[in-house]
Amino acid sequence: MTGSVIVTGMSQAASGEPTFDFSTNVGSLELNTPILTASGCAAAGRELDNYFDITAIGGIVTKSIMLAPRSGRATPRMAETPSGMLNSIGLQGPGVESFIENDLAWLQQRGARTIVSIAGGSAEEFGKVAAKLRIAGGFDAIEVNISCPNVEDRGQVFACRADTAANVIQTVRRNSDSRIPIFAKLSPDVTDIVEIAASVAQAGATGVSVINTLLGMVINTSSMRPALAGVTGGLSGPAIRPVAVRCIWQIRNALPDLPIIGMGGVRSGHDALEMVLAGANAVSVGTSIFNDPSAPMRIQNELEHELRIRGFTKFSQAVSHAHREIDSTLQINTAIDDLDPTDENWDFISE
Amino acid sequence: MYIGMACSVASMNSGAIQVMGEVLDVQRTGKYFVMSVTAPGIAERTQPGQFVTVGMGGEESSMILRRSFAIQRVQSRGIYGGTLEFVVSPVGKGTRWLTKLRRHDPLNLVGPLGKPFTLPTKAVTCVLVGGGYGSAPLIMLAESLRDRGCRVDTIIGASTEKKLYGELELKRVSTSLTLTTEDGTAGVHGRVTDALENILESSQVDVVYSCGPMPMLASVAEVSTARKVFSQCSVEESMACGIGVCMTCVLPVVGDDGITRMLRSCVEGPVFRGDRVRWSDVGTIPDGTLGKEVVRP
Repeated sequence: MTGSVIVTGMSQAASGEPTFDFSTNVGSLELNTPILTASGCAAAGRELDNYFDITAIGGIVTKSIMLAPRSGRATPRMAETPSGMLNSIGLQGPGVESFIENDLAWLQQRGARTIVSIAGGSAEEFGKVAAKLRIAGGFDAIEVNISCPNVEDRGQVFACRADTAANVIQTVRRNSDSRIPIFAKLSPDVTDIVEIAASVAQAGATGVSVINTLLGMVINTSSMRPALAGVTGGLSGPAIRPVAVRCIWQIRNALPDLPIIGMGGVRSGHDALEMVLAGANAVSVGTSIFNDPSAPMRIQNELEHELRIRGFTKFSQAVSHAHREIDSTLQINTAIDDLDPTDENWDFISE
Repeated sequence: MYIGMACSVASMNSGAIQVMGEVLDVQRTGKYFVMSVTAPGIAERTQPGQFVTVGMGGEESSMILRRSFAIQRVQSRGIYGGTLEFVVSPVGKGTRWLTKLRRHDPLNLVGPLGKPFTLPTKAVTCVLVGGGYGSAPLIMLAESLRDRGCRVDTIIGASTEKKLYGELELKRVSTSLTLTTEDGTAGVHGRVTDALENILESSQVDVVYSCGPMPMLASVAEVSTARKVFSQCSVEESMACGIGVCMTCVLPVVGDDGITRMLRSCVEGPVFRGDRVRWSDVGTIPDGTLGKEVVRP
């Protein structure tokens, strides 16, 4: 009974297909759909609005903003790697005041759900950025970039230790409206990501964003020097997806109720589904936008299809579904491979 | 001198679209390949100096970054709708894959991208300077300038004859064409800037347009600015997204307010005023750049 599901009392959509409940609650953050852009891959949404309706996805996660304008690092800032890329941008940005005046105002006027990513060189700076945002309002959540390897020198980042990570989250929480959900974006470059997740949750984070880039390096064999001006950079793209799935799985396993936004190399609805099954309540699309500017919208449509053909009627049914007991009573047909269920070529071939 | 540059610039690539095109033709010429592709909706909107990005290696490719190419010409070809041409130098994995494509192969295209060359509103005297296959977008530019009644003196140069590009097309659309090669295998033995100096010295020039490698653009801008001639340079910076979201392709440019900012070549360029780019500081964050962190002792 490939893809069939018992539908009782379902209303029919105009197309004749049963309606599908795509909404998700990521803690107190309620989204119409679970697909977000990943920070640093969508600027502040405006450029992408050209390629798809940015209000039709779950929301825009903006590029990390700091207190003051920032020039970023010297070039080259990027190197392509197998199924991925390395970047060392150095958080170039206009500073929080210009961001509020131009970018946030535009997103609000456009009607997009907005998660503002913030960064800082010290816990105090994070706090000041949060305080400015609190006064401005007009956004739905904060993602705290404690794991960007470029923020502090020598690769020492807040996300590496439970105490420094918690300190930043506590400061941001104190300086934010208590109704605003706060997500800590975690680095996979740690010994025990569960420990960090638990400590930021303890410090007041609504949930966690998992994962940021992995620290990597490329040598240019023509110049025989590091390919990036910043020497090391953050590795992103499909190459890191299994690392992301592992991190989401481990956190979900240890902290069953912690809201998780999953990210790391999602390129298709199939990839997004993998993260959802591992425990993500929402999924951000990042580097794939560079490959395909309309990727978030495409992936959203593909994810809905992937969920429907597996018999889910609600997105929330699929969250953490890979963690279920073997004898789970949830009647979801899992015997689905990538074949189109309407494809009946088998009979033809056997003749 | 004020020459009335039309200012009709879409700063956010608001006319750009993503389409599946199809390869019509791949022609080898010297060290380069000219790709003709269908690009319905893109070709019709392209202005001289704009570019397209091309997805590499198909849907499941391990090359996730698109490659950018300056558009050399657009055409309306009956059943195909709009088509466009761009030039590829097969020096890397992606560009080699591209040049091996054949007629009818699909191609994922985004464009037209970037700020075009600004065109004069009057019939003025223009010099076009191209280096290597940087001369490609000058073909479409020269056609537009000639349509406006401008005088177009074109100089193209390369290290050697095989790396010259666009001689025939540019000869057709230019008032005069000068070739230079650094090894003397074709045209004048020397550099494009030597030829540019000669023209600037002997005649009244209103604007210099240029496209090619960064060191050449730096010299063209320097020579032009020294003679108080307005110059527009289309830069070649390595890009990841091409649409303004990744912040990879930045270079230091001085604004109207005198402040240096790291601007994106893909949306604030690729065409910049030659006198505004801090050429000798490209690749660095020069002192005084907005937002440069001051290193404390």
